[in-house]
Amino acid sequence: MGGRIPLVDYLALDGDEPRLVANACDGCGAVYFDRRNACARCSGTSFAKKPLATEGSVRAFTIVKRAAPGVPVPYVSAVVDLDGGGTVKANVVGTDPTPETVRLGMPVRLVTFPAGTDDEGTEAVAFGFAPNAAKEETS
Amino acid sequence: MSSDDVWIIGVSMTKFGRYPGRDVVDLGSEAALAALADASMSMADMQILASGNLYESNAMVGQRIQKQIGQTGIPVYNVANACATGATAVRVVYLAIKAGEADCGIAVGSEMMGKAGLLGGGGRAREEKHVFEPNGRYGAVMGTDGILGTNAMPGVFATAGMEYANRNDGVGFEQFAKVAEKNHAHSVLNPLAQYQKAFSLEEVMNAEVVSYPNTLLMCCPTGDGAAAAVMVSDTKLRTLPLDVQKRAVKVSASVMTSDPWTESGQVQPDVNTLTRNAADKAYEVAGVDPQDLDLVELHDCFATAELLHYDNLRLCEPGGAGDFIDSGAPRRDGRLPVNVSGGLISKGHPLGATGVANIFEVTTHLRGEAGDRQIEGAKVGMTHVIGLGSACAIHILEKAV
Repeated sequence: MGGRIPLVDYLALDGDEPRLVANACDGCGAVYFDRRNACARCSGTSFAKKPLATEGSVRAFTIVKRAAPGVPVPYVSAVVDLDGGGTVKANVVGTDPTPETVRLGMPVRLVTFPAGTDDEGTEAVAFGFAPNAAKEETS
Repeated sequence: MSSDDVWIIGVSMTKFGRYPGRDVVDLGSEAALAALADASMSMADMQILASGNLYESNAMVGQRIQKQIGQTGIPVYNVANACATGATAVRVVYLAIKAGEADCGIAVGSEMMGKAGLLGGGGRAREEKHVFEPNGRYGAVMGTDGILGTNAMPGVFATAGMEYANRNDGVGFEQFAKVAEKNHAHSVLNPLAQYQKAFSLEEVMNAEVVSYPNTLLMCCPTGDGAAAAVMVSDTKLRTLPLDVQKRAVKVSASVMTSDPWTESGQVQPDVNTLTRNAADKAYEVAGVDPQDLDLVELHDCFATAELLHYDNLRLCEPGGAGDFIDSGAPRRDGRLPVNVSGGLISKGHPLGATGVANIFEVTTHLRGEAGDRQIEGAKVGMTHVIGLGSACAIHILEKAV
């Protein structure tokens, strides 16, 4: 059967380029990735979809070397501040998982990769962040 | 003394470790009976029992302990609040006394974890028929731990530490490692600690990396144990024998917070803001300044966490946690000893017991009864726990004057 499905529903694959799309509170602008009942900041109950920037910087990271069974290690887990708002957790990919190659504040850009395939041939597409070489040169 | 003060008159903890032949009721009962004996009281004197336990939080642990040590018909509250579970039990008794519903009560924290391994990270679910379907609040089609970052505790707290390092100078792998070296060294003097072995800074730094910068020796172990505290009202205290009054320790502040909204807190638990809020309120309620503290038992589930909390609890200059550990200030012979029990890193962290055990530790020092590990002349101490999700509890305790 084939086809693709995002690993999580806040990853949008249908536009020109993959993006994260948040639920933004109409009242205070707080952004969320999960299904909402109300806003945790202002208790507002109306939300709009908000596409977030695909570039940002590493706010914090850890290099995971021991994990639950079935989780491949090592990998870099990072908290990324997206340009223009929104903070997201994901892996840093496309770089060695060492403290020498991953830097705090490092510019990164959103990338996608296959995370698995189900029995019907559908591919789950995950996102991560790769070093943003273009930004690195100017920063 | 003032008429609405709450006092601790009995404390105990079991040695933390592994008790494969016993159950949580054994450990809780042992701790409760020892705390009652320490207070020169019995279950017949108690008007409330609060039981903190996480792994059996749906199984009436408080009543099961009662059925071993005294079924007196009093109200029992079984509480769960992640790693703040024990402190929550203490606070339930505190609130009941403050409210005038009870003048005497006991908090028991207990946990049997065994060798639990990493907490928090989810393994990938295995289904019989494997077809992707969006599930849960994020519409995930499969487990995301390890794909969209880590949710395992060593990594979550490592990330929190690195965020602090990102924002402040003089904080790195070595500063985090020094925290663990200190706490392991402290534990050598504590016979109740799960481990009592010192390691050099090099050994800490060269140990297996679990989640950088946390190595194995910078992570608390899982384990079993229990602790208990008996508390009374000021009015009740005045009716008790003089030797009980002399050893009483005042609860000058009992504060609990949850995490207020922050943007990054949606994806990475913010362990700082709620701790800062709790600390500020505790200092205000107690009328105590950070420089008045003689010792602090804080929540060093991982070495990275302890460093953050130097700053969150105002023990150091803002941004100065790296300098604070480098200066030796939190060592037992330093300006403000932190985790002289060995901390969670070496004393151990049976989740439900932890928040009562740190009350035991500070109380024991304020009474001058801590033996080899006594901080001489201690008059004011602080306990701090944080349960991820999140719940923070801070108690400020003062020696009777």
